[in-house]
Amino acid sequence: MSQAVPYSAQFINLFASVILLLAFAMLAQRRVLPLINLFAYQGFVLAVSTAAVAYMTRQHHLYWSAGLTLGLKALLLPWILHRLVRRLHVKWDIESLIAIPTTMLVGIGLVIIAFNVALPISQLSSTITRGTLGIALASVMLSFLMMITRTKAVPQVVGFLAMENGLFLAATSATYGMPMVVELGIALDVLVGAIILGVFFFQIREQFDSLDIRNMEKLKDS
Amino acid sequence: MNVTGFLAQLFAIALALFLAPLLTGWVNMCRAWLQNRTAPPLLQQYYMLHKLFNKDVVLAHGASSLFRTAPFIVFGCMVLACAIVPTLSTDLPFAPAADTIALVGVFGLARIFISLAAMDVGTSFGTLGGRREMLVGFLAEPALLMVIFTTALISQSTSVATIVETLARREFAVYPSLAFAGVAFTFVSLAENARVPVDNPATHLELTMIHEAMILEYSGRHLALIEWASSLKLYAYSCLGLALFFPWGVAAGDSFPALVASIPALLFKLTIGGATLAAIETVNAKMRIFRAPEFLGTAFLLAVLGLLVRLLLETRV
Repeated sequence: MSQAVPYSAQFINLFASVILLLAFAMLAQRRVLPLINLFAYQGFVLAVSTAAVAYMTRQHHLYWSAGLTLGLKALLLPWILHRLVRRLHVKWDIESLIAIPTTMLVGIGLVIIAFNVALPISQLSSTITRGTLGIALASVMLSFLMMITRTKAVPQVVGFLAMENGLFLAATSATYGMPMVVELGIALDVLVGAIILGVFFFQIREQFDSLDIRNMEKLKDS
Repeated sequence: MNVTGFLAQLFAIALALFLAPLLTGWVNMCRAWLQNRTAPPLLQQYYMLHKLFNKDVVLAHGASSLFRTAPFIVFGCMVLACAIVPTLSTDLPFAPAADTIALVGVFGLARIFISLAAMDVGTSFGTLGGRREMLVGFLAEPALLMVIFTTALISQSTSVATIVETLARREFAVYPSLAFAGVAFTFVSLAENARVPVDNPATHLELTMIHEAMILEYSGRHLALIEWASSLKLYAYSCLGLALFFPWGVAAGDSFPALVASIPALLFKLTIGGATLAAIETVNAKMRIFRAPEFLGTAFLLAVLGLLVRLLLETRV
């Protein structure tokens, strides 16, 4: 029996597991609006987990990160995406191509790879959260998989944003977060990225009358 | 093994035989209340068993001996399962006889025989039910095994008694893996006990029924045994889930006072569990049979995630 894991780390592990579970839930979600809601939940859990790390390690700058995550990823970005979906009238878009059980199995494979890759790295680290590095890597790869398997534009953007969630978790677990300047920069990047992609949505729809990005393969420079 | 242990084991089995129809009756009662219907009496299952045991058996033409022996085998399997699962105490003589993997095998044996018996008569409904049952079974079994492996990793043993012993007497710790495994186990037991998202135990609509389709040809004492066996299966699954994920109140020894003292805890947990099951059944709609693989795939995924999270997070190298 290994009872060596301290209680504080156990709670952080619990939050990290919930983040991983939400990543899988997003992978399996076919509809747009529940997908955005799941993304918001993930942002919320990420913020709570960051605050927990901040409380347990007394790293006060992490409170700022947690607040930033909460405001940006749990509230602002989901709100923007909700608005976009309403304005674009794609509320009832259903992704029909993906075979959920197959995607899930691929996802499990990715999790195993991520855990194995992260194991030697996390041994180099001395933070109490180093165990969650594997989970962070796994959520990055799962979001990647989501971007690959989806054909509609909005779920792809959600996948992109969820990938940033995973990276943030990785930064927190490996080194207790990035410097504040970098974090602010990334947050701004993500926000601007979401807005620009929102503009792209309108352009894509104007061109093809749908948000199915497979249409873009037909574009020829002639 | 001594005489006390043997008597304690017999007591546990007798209690299972007695409590199982009561549990089914309780779930049906809660379901009726939640759906604004007048509830059947709590003892309805006993009345039905009494009625069926007093009726003559009508056998289909061409029913082989397999058809006649299957109810007894299924019933025997379920009684054995109830004896292996530590309902009252972790120190019972039958407990070392079979570990969790054998327990899954016992459930599998019962499933195979009931499916074969359903196909034996040659009606189309029986065949259809048997095939659907095998589909659900072959998807549920790996998920159940994964759940069990997760708990086995924590306690370093596959014996049910040791697992429950370790889980009940550990110091308090947050196990994300156990949470995953618990949700997966709920999914699996819903599917295995022919409960609502996968099958409806109250239906006789030919397109949707699974379990009921298999036992359409049975009557009299055969049907009574099968109904009793289904109750026992629900009881065994409930007790297994409660023992794995809420192991408090299970006695350690096989002394009689300890056993009797653990009965109120068991009754309390079963009452809550039955009401929860009824609530799950009420808020969910039955899914199409071809959605069942997705449902059980999710259960398998959760169980594997639990296993992986256990390996990554909860062991320090």
